[in-house]
Amino acid sequence: MAEPLVVMQDVNKHFGDLHVLQNINLTVGKGEVVVLIGPSGSGKSTLIRTINRLETIGSGTISIDGTVLPEEGKDLARLRSDVGMVFQSFNLFAHKTILENVTLGPIKVRKLKKADAQKRAMELLERVGVEHQSNKYPAQLSGGQQQRVAIARALAMDPKVMLFDEPTSALDPEMINEVLDVMVSLAKSGMTMIVVTHEMGFARKAANRVVFLSDGQIVEENTPEEFFTNPQSDRAKDFLGKILTH
Amino acid sequence: MIDILTEYDILGAFWKTIQLAFFSAIGSLVLGTILAVFRVSPVAVLRNIGASYVNITRNTPLTLILIFCSLALFGVLGYALAPRESPTYIVDNAFRWAVIGLSIYHAAFVCEALRSGVNTVPVGQAEAARAIGLTFGQSLSQVILPQAFRGAIAPLGSVLIALIKNTTVAAIISVPEAAALMRVIIENETGSLIVFFIFALGFVILTLPVGIGFTSLSRRLAVKR
Repeated sequence: MAEPLVVMQDVNKHFGDLHVLQNINLTVGKGEVVVLIGPSGSGKSTLIRTINRLETIGSGTISIDGTVLPEEGKDLARLRSDVGMVFQSFNLFAHKTILENVTLGPIKVRKLKKADAQKRAMELLERVGVEHQSNKYPAQLSGGQQQRVAIARALAMDPKVMLFDEPTSALDPEMINEVLDVMVSLAKSGMTMIVVTHEMGFARKAANRVVFLSDGQIVEENTPEEFFTNPQSDRAKDFLGKILTH
Repeated sequence: MIDILTEYDILGAFWKTIQLAFFSAIGSLVLGTILAVFRVSPVAVLRNIGASYVNITRNTPLTLILIFCSLALFGVLGYALAPRESPTYIVDNAFRWAVIGLSIYHAAFVCEALRSGVNTVPVGQAEAARAIGLTFGQSLSQVILPQAFRGAIAPLGSVLIALIKNTTVAAIISVPEAAALMRVIIENETGSLIVFFIFALGFVILTLPVGIGFTSLSRRLAVKR
């Protein structure tokens, strides 16, 4: 495998009595695309949110490019700037224009000059196909457009790894593909990606590996082809049976 | 009635009221914003300071706060806010202490209005801000507070209206504003009902546009989601 970029070792997390992450060991190499799937409540979203510490962990370590995730403060902020995150509900800054959304991080965190940040932002918006909306506000865009802007916003920080937390779950069916297309091309360009999704088409097309979670444990990992056609565990068989039959 | 209008400087007194309200509004906005930041900060000590401040000042009558400023801080401890050799020393000193007292008192309400504004900002906004690497301070100043202010415009308007009317309490520490003049006129003249209506109308003229203005602002600046 390629050089490891994200390494999770013996990660545990509890929500009260609920043991949501149980001894998670996961290594994602540079340029690798990993899809996390599993039934709802299995801990996939919690897992991906621990990688940039939007969720704290109880025990274990998470390191990114060799650096262990700091607890709080400026070091954590610096590390987060290297980890792009795309949310289910887009979370574009509602009071800023599309262009301002994309340039905020580069200007405030990377200390780029405004003109340079805008030039780069326009390139990214063009890449995701929303360059004509740059002066509008998020509420004026469709869900698919907003999510593509969110991807551009994350890319503007030149992240080492991109996290996607169910990026298409809040979208109308006809908008899902426009977002998935952007993600597939991103994967092809060599970006390291960790994606929580139920889109099996994306997993087959772009993923190097599928990780199946159930009840807070990693139950099975395999290539997409192997996993979907020949699941090993009963829980994976049961899950795939439910989602692939219709 | 004409006598009253010509003999007394009613407009001058209301001008003093406007000045009191203006400076106290700025003071309470600045102090209230700092307190609101305290109250939403991740540091427990700051949160406790903010909460204690709000609970103490909000539950103390404004009259007591102003008397404390005037009698204790100035009278006993001798903190003067104007040069003693100045001919307007007494009036200036009272006015400045009134501004401070009014700011201290209303900052608690500004803080709570802002905090309710912070609660209108979805938690995902803060997460997105942190996810692109903004520090806590940057997240607040760039993402949370701008949206919180817009969500808090209507309650902030109510605080400002209350503040304008509460300036009348400053009369008890000898600030020559509208209510102080009203008391003088009622003592000296007959027809106190007319006097009362003149001053009541004055306050309506001051506060009604504020209410209308803030309502339209809150509609215009509302964050579309």
